[in-house]
Amino acid sequence: MTFMHRVSRRQFVVSAAAAGGGFALGFHLPGKPAGAAPAPAAAKGGEVNAWIMINRDETITLRVHRSEMGQGSFTAIPQLIAEELEADWSKVRAEFASAHRHVTQNKVYVSMSTGGSRAIRDSQTYVRQAGAAAREMLVAAGAAQWKVPAGECYAEKSFVIHRPTGRKLSYGTLASAAAQIEPPKNIKFKPDSAWKIAGKSVPRFDVPSKTDGSAIYGIDVNLPQMVHAVPRQCPVFGGKVKSYDEAKVKGMPGVIAVVAIPNGVAVVADHFWQAKKAVEALPIEWDVGDSGGVSTATIRERFLKAADEESGAKVRHEGDFDAAMAKAAKTVTAEYHAPFLEHATMEPMNCTARVEGSRVEVWAPSQTAEGALAAAAEAAGVPPQNVEVYLTMLGGGFGRRGRIDYVTQAVAVAKQMSPRPVKLIWTREETTQHGFYRPVSMGRLSAGLDASGMPIAYGHKIVGQSLLSTVAPDRVKDGIDAAAVEGTFDQAYKIPNVKFDYVMRNTHVPCGFWRSVGHSMNGWITESFVDEVAHAGGKDPLEFRRTLLAGETSWLNVLNLAAEKGNWGKKLPRNWGRGIAIHEGFGSIAAHVAEVEVTDKGDLKIHRLVVVLDCGHVVNPRNIVAQCESNAVYGLTSMLYGAITIKDGRVEQANFDDYQMMRMAEMPKVETYLSLTRGEWWGGVGEPGLPTALPAVCNAIFQVTGKRIRSLPLTGQNLRSA
Amino acid sequence: MIELNVNGKVRQVDADPDTPLLWVIRDHLGMTGTKYGCGIQQCGACTVHINGEPTRSCGVPVGTVGKDTVTTIEAISANRSHPVQKAWIEEQVPQCGYCQSGQIMAAVALLKKTPKPTDADIDQAMTNICRCGTYQRIRTAIHRAAGMMMKTASKT
Repeated sequence: MTFMHRVSRRQFVVSAAAAGGGFALGFHLPGKPAGAAPAPAAAKGGEVNAWIMINRDETITLRVHRSEMGQGSFTAIPQLIAEELEADWSKVRAEFASAHRHVTQNKVYVSMSTGGSRAIRDSQTYVRQAGAAAREMLVAAGAAQWKVPAGECYAEKSFVIHRPTGRKLSYGTLASAAAQIEPPKNIKFKPDSAWKIAGKSVPRFDVPSKTDGSAIYGIDVNLPQMVHAVPRQCPVFGGKVKSYDEAKVKGMPGVIAVVAIPNGVAVVADHFWQAKKAVEALPIEWDVGDSGGVSTATIRERFLKAADEESGAKVRHEGDFDAAMAKAAKTVTAEYHAPFLEHATMEPMNCTARVEGSRVEVWAPSQTAEGALAAAAEAAGVPPQNVEVYLTMLGGGFGRRGRIDYVTQAVAVAKQMSPRPVKLIWTREETTQHGFYRPVSMGRLSAGLDASGMPIAYGHKIVGQSLLSTVAPDRVKDGIDAAAVEGTFDQAYKIPNVKFDYVMRNTHVPCGFWRSVGHSMNGWITESFVDEVAHAGGKDPLEFRRTLLAGETSWLNVLNLAAEKGNWGKKLPRNWGRGIAIHEGFGSIAAHVAEVEVTDKGDLKIHRLVVVLDCGHVVNPRNIVAQCESNAVYGLTSMLYGAITIKDGRVEQANFDDYQMMRMAEMPKVETYLSLTRGEWWGGVGEPGLPTALPAVCNAIFQVTGKRIRSLPLTGQNLRSA
Repeated sequence: MIELNVNGKVRQVDADPDTPLLWVIRDHLGMTGTKYGCGIQQCGACTVHINGEPTRSCGVPVGTVGKDTVTTIEAISANRSHPVQKAWIEEQVPQCGYCQSGQIMAAVALLKKTPKPTDADIDQAMTNICRCGTYQRIRTAIHRAAGMMMKTASKT
């Protein structure tokens, strides 16, 4: 019930007239927002609370406070609200919540940032509370109208019903009266078993508009008088513009202005193509700063030196690792390397902004509406209450759009073009070369086995870049970046003597949250090495894991279901192999079994992937399956092709020709199963199914070839030779 | 002024002849269903039909289109009634959805040529990139659409 304590009644119950906080929303995007038919003004009923607008025509508009980047929250959050509201689902619509209202009304939506697979698990309590409170208020309003005790009434399918007489009043007729009623203090949620809307694979609100081109993404925003901007940023991170020769491009077709932005320059023109051509023709002299000599090779050298020379910060030490290693019957050591990765969202970075006097409007495909609002206020030099952010659909996020660099740029340009709105679009090349990359990381692992072949010692020294040092320094404690070490020391394997250490080595390359963050490399490294240890001790990789997970019921359930569905132990054709991996992250446990083929020539074909997920509660089963498929492809793409390399301080890759993506022909059959055994636990969905896809495949490759994959990506490696 | 035949209408656009057809469709004609993904004909998000052939419009200078007929996602059906669109909805294919206009244009063209495609046909024709990994559902949806179209054809 924390939400009810945090917000006063005044904030929780806002009348329809106050919606939008007095900010005139005089603008509608062309076409309908996906799944959301905004009610015409005449149809206004009552806003029961900040989440719920019930219209006179009985349609219900539910506000969604998290971004939609494909993960399905735009439908799943309304499912949870509607469930407790006892709404008629066929009447429910969704729209994005107002960031301005959120910021000016004491964070009425608690958080408008989307990341960490948290959209559902972090907000399920307060969104259900909003639905349940509104339901109770509607019941009370109905009871008051009939002058009967509220206890004689109940709600069902958007009606309040008086049980003794069977009289009914619709939500649409009660909404404005309900809005005046004190929200209840003590709310009990339904058990999942009583769910009628949540827990069901209802079709997503946004899907139809994504089949005819009508869904509006940031890049599609079109405003009267709008101009287009295309930026170029210093190719070396940390550098800046020394000078540029504006005169050379001023006469080019359509060019309106050349504008300085924080780390580069943007050309403004009538159309995107004109701006792009001009910015590419613009002579710019860069001051590249101190990092012009950095390369992937120099970074690796620094990392290897750090691994040799430094013991690092103690992440977790238990027992006596060194003594156990000394008396081990057999020891195994290995070194793993994971590269920088760019998110490669299908929609390149972009943002549209309009600055009119001290008023700022921003249309952003952003994972953080409140972060975008703060950035816009700062860039424009106005107080936050002068800014509104309209969320659009996101053409992919994967962590990249939690950053607001493109918002800052768009507002900086719009300020100079004021009052004309500016749509700023990055080229694919800028998007690839100015990302916030998955940190580069290496691991040195060692294990000591007893005479029976089971591990008595396990050590992992991580050397890697700290992304939290720049993003959230308060989450770096005693030299340990939680995001760099997650997915190593925190897994459930029981080994008596363990040692996990972290050596921080930062580079000038900006890092950020890339789908599944530290788990993306650490899950691969840990589950590959665990497999190495199993084989070193002569154990079956499944049996080995079962032994180390004794007593961990949920883990074992996930593992066993994966083994069963993955036909573990069954015969395979020549050149085929199976691999298994299990991992916990984002509050969920996931396991993969992969079936692969490596031809005599060394070509890889991934035939089948079985994934099992334990995410606790299930709000939309079909969508969870979709996320598991999505994670498999996202993870395997990085395994096959993903590498951002640095030369002369800059990113070498630029577009999909040199930063390749997995395509249809490489897509394995993915089978998803849920194993739900953790009672009241709520786990994440958007990321936990990613990390194990990689080691399951790499372990399967080992089974065929006897070759361990200790560095990614696979492209360029011969899977058959040492 | 350049004259273009787009979605059955003749349109006049004031664009430099080297402007890619993609940007003329988006910026000059205001139809934003066709997406910019890479600009180098790698990803297929900008796929349109030119004389019925699936074509990556980011690589087609508008000055070279001439009298060829251009069809965009907006003209595939009036109300999401094309079997491919129906199958996409039934299979809940899109996630972020950004690539799906291009995927649908590629699938419609495939089914016109190959009414009952095999998985190998699909692998060969469907080379557009999807970062959300909807490939498996796209495959299922194409088979489903093929089934719907066969049924309709056998009735008539």
